[in-house]
Amino acid sequence: MKLIFFTCQNSPFRGLGGRDTINNMEKVIVAESLTKRFGHFTAVDHISFEVEKGEIFGFLGANGAGKTTAMRMLCGLSKQTSGKGVVAGFDIASQPELVKRNIGYMSQKFSLYGDLKVWENIELFGGIYGMTDEQIKLKTDELMIKLNFEEERNKLVSSLPLGFKQKLAFSVAIFHNPRVVFLDEPTGGVDPITRRKFWELIYDATAHGITVFVTTHYMDEAEYCDRVSIMVDGRIEALDSPANLKKQYQAKNMDEVFQQLARKAKRVDS
Amino acid sequence: MKQLLSFIRKEFHHILRDRTTMMILILMPIIQIILFGFALTTEVKNTKVAVLATTDDEVTNRIIEKINSSSYFDVVANIHSNDEIQAIFRDAKAKLVIVFEDHFSENLRHNGKAHIQLIADATDPNAATSFTFYVSNIIASYQQELMGTTKNPYQITPEVKMLYNPQMVGAFNFVPGVLGMIMLLICAMMTSIAIVREKEMGTMEILLVSPMKPIYTILSKITPYFVLSAFNFATIMLLSVFVLKVPVAGSFLSLVFVSLLYIFVSLALGLLISTLTSSQLAAMLISGMGLMIPVMLLSGMIFPIENMPVILQWISDIVPARWYISAVKTIMIQGLGISSVLKEVAVLSFMSIVLVTVSLKKFKVRLE
Amino acid sequence: MFLPKMIFMFPIMVLMVFPWAASYEIKNLNLSVVDNDHSPYSQQLIQKITSSGYFKLTDISSNYETALKSIESKQADIILEIPSNFEKNLINKQGGKLMISANAVNGMKGGIGMTYLNSIIADYNQGIMEEMQPATSSISTIPTIQLDTQYRFNQHLNYRVFMVPALMVMILTLICGFLPAVSIVFEKELGTMEQINVSPVPKIIFILAKLIPFWIIGFIVITIGFTIAWLVYGLVPAGLFSTLYLFTAIYILTVSGLGLVISNYASTLQQAMFIVFFFMLLFIMLSGLYTPIDSMPEWAKWLAAFNPLKHFMVVLRSVYLKGSNPIQLINEMLALLGFALFFNTWAVLSYRKSS
Repeated sequence: MKLIFFTCQNSPFRGLGGRDTINNMEKVIVAESLTKRFGHFTAVDHISFEVEKGEIFGFLGANGAGKTTAMRMLCGLSKQTSGKGVVAGFDIASQPELVKRNIGYMSQKFSLYGDLKVWENIELFGGIYGMTDEQIKLKTDELMIKLNFEEERNKLVSSLPLGFKQKLAFSVAIFHNPRVVFLDEPTGGVDPITRRKFWELIYDATAHGITVFVTTHYMDEAEYCDRVSIMVDGRIEALDSPANLKKQYQAKNMDEVFQQLARKAKRVDS
Repeated sequence: MKQLLSFIRKEFHHILRDRTTMMILILMPIIQIILFGFALTTEVKNTKVAVLATTDDEVTNRIIEKINSSSYFDVVANIHSNDEIQAIFRDAKAKLVIVFEDHFSENLRHNGKAHIQLIADATDPNAATSFTFYVSNIIASYQQELMGTTKNPYQITPEVKMLYNPQMVGAFNFVPGVLGMIMLLICAMMTSIAIVREKEMGTMEILLVSPMKPIYTILSKITPYFVLSAFNFATIMLLSVFVLKVPVAGSFLSLVFVSLLYIFVSLALGLLISTLTSSQLAAMLISGMGLMIPVMLLSGMIFPIENMPVILQWISDIVPARWYISAVKTIMIQGLGISSVLKEVAVLSFMSIVLVTVSLKKFKVRLE
Repeated sequence: MFLPKMIFMFPIMVLMVFPWAASYEIKNLNLSVVDNDHSPYSQQLIQKITSSGYFKLTDISSNYETALKSIESKQADIILEIPSNFEKNLINKQGGKLMISANAVNGMKGGIGMTYLNSIIADYNQGIMEEMQPATSSISTIPTIQLDTQYRFNQHLNYRVFMVPALMVMILTLICGFLPAVSIVFEKELGTMEQINVSPVPKIIFILAKLIPFWIIGFIVITIGFTIAWLVYGLVPAGLFSTLYLFTAIYILTVSGLGLVISNYASTLQQAMFIVFFFMLLFIMLSGLYTPIDSMPEWAKWLAAFNPLKHFMVVLRSVYLKGSNPIQLINEMLALLGFALFFNTWAVLSYRKSS
């Protein structure tokens, strides 16, 4: 019994109103008591949350809090010790291949092929996700215009500046129109202006119905998310919209919220 | 299928873009096969010999001359006492000293018996035994000469035929061995970094979250190198037939078939190394240094496997080069067909299945 | 860690296992006999051959074609064909003929098998001559030259004695010459070299810091080698250890210079490894270890003369077996020093260019 939801790709339904209609919305990610142990060490400790379609879900936590591990479980890169996870309607333990077809992923290590040209990278990943040559060509042209990348199209990826590479990596991750895209600290090492531009791409993706699951430790980015969860020592300590969190913790900004919560951490940073 | 094709195309891009490496990959086997094909021969030629003879007479001179005029030996020194022998060996001035006893020719004439002592530098035991063998042959033929026309009526003359390589050409012996060795090592070294490089660069994660099947990844890693290796095989064949003059005596198609199978096994071996290691450095060292000595010594390329202790014979059974070299010798030199190398083909096929299966098993679909 | 494990396990494994693999001494050659004579003489000859210990009689074929089949199917290595009337001809003083066909595909094996068989036949023939010709008759008038053979330095023709020093040289070449080269290129590729290049550390210090551990490891490894040679193979140098260590030092300098040159030209790990592999194979195959240098064509002899591995192999063998001292090895010493100077100068020059 597969849970395949009919999705309407053309309803860019976003914004404040979204919060009130949660129950009517499709749940794209569901985590129930998801746990990962490495020997005696519990990296992720019974976390539960739900992410709706079109949402930007921020996943925050100090280094070593367990956010990358949690994300890898959801992507099928790592198997949970216990608990349950459903991504894009498929169980992450029993249907990892179906999960993989419906997600995109961008890792914190920049991971396109430096010795391939821009269009070759796009072509490769389009092909891996089973797109036809025409589809790939059409979308590549579109993308090049959108990113203002026409001149770089034939350049080796290794020769591009980091900000360009990140934009390209993101575009490649959502090239096949996945239901969810997982971003693992996507904007490391670039300035706030470049980050801001990157986030415009993210908004654009959600407008097309793609759900975004993003880990970060830049607090300005946390403000851009619809909802934010903050992990401490493998557990989710807080989960709400940035506005509500600030109210709840009587903080001026997300940074203060984060500081208050992170202080509780007992784990030594690894 | 589309997945596979896109991925294969990508692998070709990687290889074609790195021109220097590609040139190295293509030129290296060419230089090696030519150098080794011409330089290596197990024949004994021009070995330096010193002579210790106290008298200067016709018989002694005749023997020395016979030795000197053979292609095996060059008489380079005359020494005058036993004390010099040690020094001559130590300074590597000669590898063999021929000592005629005092009054050699007198003894021969009057007593019908005389002694010659051969002292060989046995630091290389194989060379030493061949030297003494050739000298005794020469001296035996001199004895025949002494008897003149009165041939011994009870003489048995063995007629010797060296099958498949009557001229004992060195290249006939070394081409199959060198071919087997360099193909295996180059293939394994090429693919051994193929997967581990993606792990190290971080692209592996992206492939793992994609619906790309592991078997596709493995096949598409092998394909471009398979093409490149087939090209290398072709150049080696052309060189050995036209430059080294080692003809393919048997069925050329069979030879191609066995060689492609062997290339596949070697590439799969490299891929297995790649799935098992966690850094390119480790993968390269295992496939390069780790394989070189076992392949060289246990493939039967140089030392006959039957002489080895049983344990080493078992180990040699798992060296793919052993089976390939044997098949190449059978087809290329002996001129037999595929039916004579069924065992080799079976073993290599089995190896390729095992290697691919284990690589797939060890190919980690998840990051842990 | 992979590297340290490899550095110590590799030499021990190689020295424990591979010396046993090397032997040209052939026992149990498979012999196929075609006996067309079926006489007491032919039986006697076959008996003599099989009892020599070198040959195993695999089959007695009725004709040459069948015997050839067993060579093709790898059942037999050598065919002895005894013609009909072999005994009759011998007794009638017409001499005897035998046909030997050896499989020359394995050059060594075919050649050696033929040699053994020839000498057994000669021996058998001697017996017949003595039997047929009473001592008083012609035999005494035939002068005989008796040969006796002495094998110097390695009396029992032990192949381990031959292989152990050679393997030590190969290991040392890999560890002190090629391993550092590969690891420098690896750092270049990872980008850590850039880090060093912008730091105030002079390059020479960096290079030395990279090499010195390998030199020390080289000395440890060669010492392990000496120990294994002694404990496992009972090999003790006839010369002095100080001579061995002196040459080891010079040799290490030579090969690490070559390694540096390679690391300057290779830009990826894979390239470095392929170049290393190329030279290693060249050095080993043209060192005289497997085939005599004297038999090579002139140009290959020249190549061999510029092969540092060959020189060091000569040194190790000479010191181990002949007890040579540095003065007797002056040629090798000068050659190795020359190479060391050449490679290291080249390394320095090419390094400046690349930075």
